Order: sequence, then C-alpha cells, then structure tokens
Amino acid sequence: MDNTKPTVVLKDVSVRYIIGDFKNIGLKEFIVRKLSHNYHVKEFWAVDGVSFSLEKGDLLGIIGSNGAGKSTLLKVIAGIMNPTKGKVEINGNVAALLELASGFDGELTVKENTYLRGAMLGYTRRFMDEMYDSIIEFAELQEFQDRPFKQLSSGMKSRLAFSIASLVNPDILILDEVLSVGDGAFRKKSEEKMMEIIGRGVTTILVSHSTQQIRQLCNKVLWLEKGKQMGFGDPIEMCKQYEEFLRQKYF
Amino acid sequence: MLRKLKKHQFLFEELVKRDFKKKYKRTVLGILWSLLSPLLTLLVMRIVFTEFFGRTTNHYTTYLFAGTLVFSYFSDATNQGMSSLVDNAGIFTKVNVPKYLFLLSKNVSSLINFGLTFLIFLGFCLLDGIAFHWKFLLLVYPIVCLVFFNIGVGSILSALYVFFKDIQYLYSIFTLMLMYLSAIFYNIDAYEPAVQKLFLLNPIYVYISYFRTIVINNAIPDLVTHLLAFGYAFAVLLIGARMYKKHNQKFLYYL
Repeated sequence: MDNTKPTVVLKDVSVRYIIGDFKNIGLKEFIVRKLSHNYHVKEFWAVDGVSFSLEKGDLLGIIGSNGAGKSTLLKVIAGIMNPTKGKVEINGNVAALLELASGFDGELTVKENTYLRGAMLGYTRRFMDEMYDSIIEFAELQEFQDRPFKQLSSGMKSRLAFSIASLVNPDILILDEVLSVGDGAFRKKSEEKMMEIIGRGVTTILVSHSTQQIRQLCNKVLWLEKGKQMGFGDPIEMCKQYEEFLRQKYF
Repeated sequence: MLRKLKKHQFLFEELVKRDFKKKYKRTVLGILWSLLSPLLTLLVMRIVFTEFFGRTTNHYTTYLFAGTLVFSYFSDATNQGMSSLVDNAGIFTKVNVPKYLFLLSKNVSSLINFGLTFLIFLGFCLLDGIAFHWKFLLLVYPIVCLVFFNIGVGSILSALYVFFKDIQYLYSIFTLMLMYLSAIFYNIDAYEPAVQKLFLLNPIYVYISYFRTIVINNAIPDLVTHLLAFGYAFAVLLIGARMYKKHNQKFLYYL
C-alpha cells in the first residue's frame, strides 16, 4: 500500500436503481405486459454525484435520513456494486461489515456458521482454526457451539457476527451501524473492540444515525440527502447543519 | 478464473460443505434416500415397461439405468443450480465474491451424488452380465461434457430465476417433457431414420446414447456424437457465462 496516495477517492459517483413492475411478476406476466405495452420500469438515482477523498487514518461518518443512499454508497466503496457513473479508487484492502446479523444459515450449527462467515470475510482456514476459540469466547457462546444456528436469540446472533467481524485487519474498514450490538455489557465490550481497530490507523467509513457518536469519533463527515451530496467536511459544522435540516423537516 | 477460485478456496470449500450437509440434512437416510430414489424409479420402469420394450431391447435393465442415471443427474444438478443465486443473495449482497461460486458449489454436491449412483450402475452392469472392458474408460468423456452442460444450464436458470420466479414451475414442466423425449425407457429403432436423427437435437439423449453405445454395444460412438456432446456443453456454458457477465450488477437490484 502506498502511503502517500489518498486511500479512498470518489469522483462524481452515481448509482442508478430501477423500481417498478419488474419484481416478482414472473416470465408469463412479463411477456403479457411487454406485449400489451403495460410494462413500466422507473429509474432513480440512489446515489447522485458524490465526490470526496480520504487519507490514511481518516474516520468518515456518513449521515442522512432514511433512504438517503448511505448503504448503497457503502456497497459501491466495498466493491459489491459498480457505480453507474463516476469512478471509485481504492488504495488498500477493504473489509465491509454490512448488516452483520443476516447472511447466516439457520440449518447449520454455530461452529459451521462461524467458519462460513470467516470464509466470507476472506480469512484463511488456518486463521479460523487459530481464532475459533477466542471468537466463541468473545461472543459468550461456549455452550451453543453445536446447536443449530436458528435456535440462537437475535442478540446472540449479532454477538457472534460481531466477534467474527472484529478480527478483520483491513486498510479500509466500512461499518454500517455495527458499532454497538447486544445488551449493555456486550455493547461496551464491542465498542471497545471497535475503537481498538479504528485506533490502529485504518481508514474507517461508518454510517450512523447518532450525530453525537459522529461528533465524538469522526474527523470528516459526508451528508447525503436523497442521493445528493449536501456537504462534506468538518464534523461539527456538518452535524449542526444536518440537525438544523432535521428540525425544519419535522417541526 | 482459476486464480479467483484459488483466492476464494476456503469460502468455496465451506459452501460445498454447507450445500452437502443441507441436502442430506445430516442423516444417514438422507444419502441413502438420494441413492434409493433412482433405484426405485428404475424398479418401477423395469416392471412397467419390460412388457412393451424389454423384449426387443438387449440388456433392458442396463438400458433403462443408463437413461435414468444421466437424466436424474441432469435434473438434480440443474434444479439445485437454479436456486443458487437466490438462495445466496444474503451473502453476495454483503461481500464481494464471484457469484458463480454458489452455482459451482451446488454442482459439486450433485456430482458426488451422481458418482455414487454411477458406482451402483457399474454393479448393475455386472449383474446384467456385462463384462467391463477398456472402452468403459471412455465414459469419462460424456461425464465431463455432462458436468459442464449441467453447469451451463444451471447458470442460465439461476440467472433467469433471479428475474422470473415462475421459471421454477415452467422448468419442471420442461424437464418432464424432456424426460419423455430422451428415450429413457423406449427404443428409437422403431422410428424412421429421419425421425431418429431428430433425437440428436436433445442433448440429454446424446449423453444417454453415448453411455449405451459403450456399455451395451461395446462400441465407440461415432464422431458426430462426440462433437454434439461437446458442442451442447460448450454452447450452454457460453450462454450462461455471458448472462452472468451481463447481469452481474443487475442481480443486486432484484434481490
């Protein structure tokens, strides 16, 4: 990794989504509607012209109301989606921790799911063999290792998800509201763990609805609204504007 | 592609394990059942059709088994393959992994199943009084073609299934019709030569007849059969690969 270059550069990144009739209609219905010219698909820009750049060690907070395009933007940076327009430059390896609790398999045991998740996050088998015990210990699931995953409570599931994910060692870390999971005691533990990773000097991008948290942690803030970039810059200034915007919207 | 596969080897292994375990629900009966069900089909066909076709066809049991062996592998692998994208949406919408891993993983578990049934098939050949000869080694050729054919059809279906959920029902009707057109339990010798040629349009028939020519007739199939066996596999694989490439991003909007 080249230390002099910015780690993340987005240039006029836009993502187009399609909505409308196309989902769940089936082939027969699709053909009928195509023939009768009754097939309508609308497009909208989920992310529209976002540009910014981050240096190594930056901690970017992304704020915005629901549906502002925050998660889509994270998917683009993580390489899961390609932008419809614009360019993304990434310098270093990325770990994206998005919606952690989903993507597990209810039929498999806790142990099997742990390995599968580790494989998804790009760990090696040897690494998983070494770390397995500490993952389970951190998640406090020692007695549940051979239980089917579906028998766990949702709190337990997110605890496990967090424990596996917290072993990532990337250059760029992407967090979608995963800073805190579980009940009080675990919440504190997980926050500390997250701080430890962020403290290593990785470039971090996080989405949060708590402006308090953003002010506390971030040195840069990106504010999105309906896909558009409302602002990028100093956290205190951005959060103030955002809170003002919310006040006007709801009161 | 191989380098990518190497990079994701651990994930691929875990996916194969998962698909295998889920398919057999980690029970002994699960695996046994998957072997038993083609045998039961065979038994029923043997009982029902021997009166009609068995008298004029040599080694009718082996003739039937070659048909059901190939067809059930095709049907299992493509049906499993169809749901590979939809079932794994939770994974590839969150991490950046090549999407064909899921299809290949499902195909591995179907292939294992086919391998086991194939061993039973060889046992039945012996019981049917067929001696093994060196030409049996040539069976590798149609098997390899069939593996790629199934992956190809699976990739087309899995892409379509993302967009159109009713493909599942249409495909089950299609496979049923294909089964009747594959000369599994009847012999096409009764048709005129021109009609017999039409059967070559059916890839499954080509693979089945390759098996029968080797095993029952102790002969090597002609060049046309070889070319067709390869050509069909190559064609569907090409279409499937192009669909994956073209719609790689579009899948995300539908899931």
